[in-house]
Amino acid sequence: MPVRVLIVDDSSVMRKIVERSLRQAGLDLSQVFEAGNGAEALAVLQANQPDLILCDINMPVMDGLEFIKQLPSVENAKAVPVIMITTEGSETHVVQALSCGARGYIRKPFTPDQVKTQVIPALAGKV
Amino acid sequence: MSSSTELLAAGGSHEAWRPFLELATREVFQLMLGCHLMPLGDDAHLPLGVTSMVGLAGELSGVMTIQCGEKAAVLMTSKMLGLAADKVGAEMSDALGEICNMVAGNFKNKISGLGDGCLLSPPTVITGSDYSTYSLADSPGLEVQMCFEGMPVVITLQIHS
Repeated sequence: MPVRVLIVDDSSVMRKIVERSLRQAGLDLSQVFEAGNGAEALAVLQANQPDLILCDINMPVMDGLEFIKQLPSVENAKAVPVIMITTEGSETHVVQALSCGARGYIRKPFTPDQVKTQVIPALAGKV
Repeated sequence: MSSSTELLAAGGSHEAWRPFLELATREVFQLMLGCHLMPLGDDAHLPLGVTSMVGLAGELSGVMTIQCGEKAAVLMTSKMLGLAADKVGAEMSDALGEICNMVAGNFKNKISGLGDGCLLSPPTVITGSDYSTYSLADSPGLEVQMCFEGMPVVITLQIHS
C-alpha cells in the first residue's frame, strides 16, 4: 500500500538518505514531504496528512522534541506514528522522545534494516 | 566503556579514547557509506582541502574535525547518496558536515557520561587548505589517520578540559 511520509531533518542530504532507506525497506512511497525543522514541519502538516513522520532531534528554530510535543494538537498528525532518527543516542534522550510520543528511535549511523525494523511495526496495518 | 568524568577528573590522558574515536569513524563509514576504512599507508599523502568541524560543549568541550582531499569528499558524498561522482555538487558540504556530526555523536555515545552531558554544534565545512586555526584546547587531543579508497582521512579531537 502506498505510504505518505514526512521527513524532518535540517540536512537535505540526510533527508535523501532517509528516503532511500525507506524505499530499501520496501515501502512504496506515494508522497515524500520534507521539512528542515519542527516549525517547517508543522507548516507542512497544515496542508498535508502523512502516514508516518521521521524526525531528527537537533535542529534549528524548533527541535524534534518540541515538534512532537505539539503534534497532538495538529489535526493532520493525530495518530500518525513518529520515529526519531538522531545522533543523540543516550538512554535519557530515548526515554524523553518516547515519553513525548515517539513510536520508535533510530540512532545515526543506521542501516536500512534498522529503519525497516522500526518503521514496519509503526505502520502496522498500512503496509 | 570509559567514563568521561573519571578521565577528566584525573586530568588524565585522553589516549584511552582513541579506539572509540576510531571505531566511531569506522562505523559511520561502514553503515552510511558502505565502505571499510583501512590503515593509512605512507604513500597516501594528498592535500587535505576539505575540513568538516563540529563543536562539543558541556562535559567535554572541544572540536572534532575530519579532513580529507576534495576527491575523497566527492567520493564520500557519492557513496552516501548513491550518486555518480560526476553528479555530486553543492550537497558535498552538507554530506561532509553530516559525516562529522555522526562521527562526533557516535563517539560521545560510546563514552559513559558524554551521551547526555555533551552537546554538539551544527557542523561547519571549510573548503581550501590555506588557513590556520587557533584553539583553546589545552591538551594534546587525539588524531586518527585512516585510508578511504586509497586517500587519507584525518579525524582530530581537540579537547579543552
